[in-house]
Amino acid sequence: MSSEMTTQPQYYHDEIVKRLVQFSVAWAVLAMAAGVFVAAELLWPTLDMGQPWLSFGRLRPLHTNGIIFGFGVSALMATAFYSVQRTSHVPLFAPKLAWFLCYAWQLLVLSGGLSLLAGMNTTKEYAELEWPFDIAIALLWVSFGIVFFGTISRRKIRPIYISNWFYGALIIVIAMLHIVNNLELPVTWTKSYSLYAGAQDAIVQWWYGHNAVGFLLTGGFLGMLYYFLPKHAGRPIWSYKLSVVAFWAFTYSYIWAGPHHLHYNAIPEWVQSLGMVMSLVLLAPSWATLINGVMTVSSAWEKLKTDPALKFIVLSLAFYGLATFEGPMMAIRSVNVVSHFTDWTIGHVHSGALGWNAMITYGTFYYLMPRLVGTELYSKRLANVHFWLALAGTMLYIIAMWAAGVSQGLLWLSLDETGELAFGFRDIMSSMAPYYGLRLLAGLIFLGGTLLMAYNFYMTTRSRKTVKVEPPVVDPAFGVV
Amino acid sequence: MNALKLHKKLEENNALLIFGILLVSSLGGLVQVLPSVYQESLRTPEANTRPYSALELAGRDIYISEGCSTCHSQQIRSLVAEVERYGPYSRAGEFVYDRPFLWGSKRTGPDLHRVGGKYSDDWHRIHLVDPRSVVPTSIMPGYPWLAEKDLRSDDIQAKLRGLRSLGHPYSDEEIENAPAQLEGRKQIDALIAYLQMLGTGFVEPESGAGDSSE
Ligand code: HEC
Ligand code: HEM
Ligand code: HEM
Repeated sequence: MSSEMTTQPQYYHDEIVKRLVQFSVAWAVLAMAAGVFVAAELLWPTLDMGQPWLSFGRLRPLHTNGIIFGFGVSALMATAFYSVQRTSHVPLFAPKLAWFLCYAWQLLVLSGGLSLLAGMNTTKEYAELEWPFDIAIALLWVSFGIVFFGTISRRKIRPIYISNWFYGALIIVIAMLHIVNNLELPVTWTKSYSLYAGAQDAIVQWWYGHNAVGFLLTGGFLGMLYYFLPKHAGRPIWSYKLSVVAFWAFTYSYIWAGPHHLHYNAIPEWVQSLGMVMSLVLLAPSWATLINGVMTVSSAWEKLKTDPALKFIVLSLAFYGLATFEGPMMAIRSVNVVSHFTDWTIGHVHSGALGWNAMITYGTFYYLMPRLVGTELYSKRLANVHFWLALAGTMLYIIAMWAAGVSQGLLWLSLDETGELAFGFRDIMSSMAPYYGLRLLAGLIFLGGTLLMAYNFYMTTRSRKTVKVEPPVVDPAFGVV
Repeated sequence: MNALKLHKKLEENNALLIFGILLVSSLGGLVQVLPSVYQESLRTPEANTRPYSALELAGRDIYISEGCSTCHSQQIRSLVAEVERYGPYSRAGEFVYDRPFLWGSKRTGPDLHRVGGKYSDDWHRIHLVDPRSVVPTSIMPGYPWLAEKDLRSDDIQAKLRGLRSLGHPYSDEEIENAPAQLEGRKQIDALIAYLQMLGTGFVEPESGAGDSSE
């Protein structure tokens, strides 16, 4: 890495970042609208109007894939590209490839979504897309890695900042999981059979499924946290050492926890027990990060009053703490007996998804968008309204699903004095309607807030150009030789 | 603090960091997942478990394509109440011909692992087209198009051959005759054939407890 002295100025490639943020917001709106629609279908099952592509079983995977791969991954790419440039003090490596990735990824999510509606589906959760898409995902993921690690290897500053390890782990581990879990034999252009069968397929799938949550929905977004939280708060991360230890503990222990999705299922007992123990262990690195985050903002409480973006991020930390506490509890076999297969799981998912993933992303976007175009946010008031809508929507969603899930779980299991089942399945099903109604309302509120944000960004960036930012000159003492 | 020194190296070297992450994150999979993939007992069928017939396989693929598994599990846990409600708990050996597995993660509807033989074909036909005509409070979607659309028969041989290459024991004759089994039928016929064979791969030894009833 020689420091060639070029005279013509080099700028950060922030246009790509802006475009990815815009795509991410668009996917958030679309995929959450799909979530609201499937929530409504559980109340009014004839909403699909006899149309196959509006049917619950096809739309639900569209909701999860659209949100995770459209909204989530676009947001992660945007923030990874923004922060890796600034922590390396160089523009993106291979910007043309980055632009290609930016658009090709959207095309992939769009066509993949349409294929789900057409009934192409492997049913392996969060890996529902069929084999042609699996190959495309793998190739695009490699280009993500090339751009990201390429930028790091050209960096002008010696240490690789902590946020980049989390983004790096996202890229590497998801690649490994994706390839292994999707090994399948194509039999036609639209259909394949998994190379694993039955119980083995289940074990591989949940090794993937849990760690897609771990390294994408948790680890990837922790990368976002480690860069943008200190930026927002205007002070460095509270303990760098703690973040180092937490990173390696996290990377090591997450991988083992998958079998907590298969308690009391037809897989070996030792695999389940190991999964449970490692899930409890996971609490430690998860909360180490929580503590680090809270301590970092603890001296910036003043800013909280005026900065809606920071409010979102601090709230997201609270929900991160909740979801990573609840998760290990649900991984205990005797608790899982009640929670498994019920709406409790759905509540847990969305406490993480809405409270943690969506909120931290919103907070980050509120920080980014005005800066990218060099102006103030169009309306701080709207952003504050959005904050309260997001909080209300999330709380209502979680509470409704807890109530639904715990009662479902207990009623399914309850036996009367003679040892017979106390309640029929259909009676329990019918009693869920009020909770599903509340969840629908919660979804509408949350979606409403997201629409406000989209409008706010539109007004902020309308007819404005992305500002050009030059990397700063690096003090040779810290630079790469 | 030797560990931190080692870390300092990692933190300043891109390639080492990549390698470190790969190493640390693959340990769990190697120790926990890999042995399961080679474990014989997870690949040995139960005495009564057989590969799906051409019609059942086509039905299973419709079940997959419609996403029935987003609402229905096929996994009876080894719990008293569960055995009481659905029947004998699920054995690993019953799933050896399942690609992919369809155990599910959410029970909006009841478990279907032992639904085979529980209802008549006609009941399923009516229920699938319009669930509320037999269960007035049902929140299951209707599938009217399954009763109208013809079953494809042009891809079944490729499917059976593919599965044979993965070790499912189909004979040349079965593959030869497969399209004829599907021709002239509707999609719903295949789906019902699949539903009716679910859970029949396991027969409880004579004195077994846990008889299933409503
Ligand atoms: C939105 C969720 C949902 C989807 C999707 C769904 N079901 Fe159902 N299913 C239910 C509910 C709820 C019940 C219980 C009420 C009833 O019997 O209609 C049920 C009941 C059943 C039953 C009767 C089970 C019993 O033991 O009484 C069968 C069989 C069934 N579904 C098959 C299917 C098939 C096949 C598909 C896919 C083509 C499917 N379901 C898709 C929710 C769903
Ligand atoms: C220490 C951290 C965590 C642990 C130990 C944990 C544990 C669990 C457990 C036990 C389940 C239920 C499995 C079942 O019964 O089927 C579950 C489901 C789930 N969790 Fe977590 N959780 C953690 C954090 C998170 C976070 C932060 C998210 C972020 C969104 C999340 C997303 C999910 C999802 C999407 C599912 C549903 C999977 C499915 O069935 O489709 N989890 N988790
Ligand atoms: C407006 C907001 C949202 C609404 C109304 C909504 C609604 C729903 C509904 C109705 C389901 C199906 C539940 C069931 O089968 O019983 C679902 C599942 C799911 N949603 Fe959402 N959702 C929203 C936002 C999100 C977000 C932001 C994420 C992720 C970041 C997300 C991730 C998921 C996942 C992973 C599942 C599958 C859970 C499982 O299989 O256990 N959702 N959602």
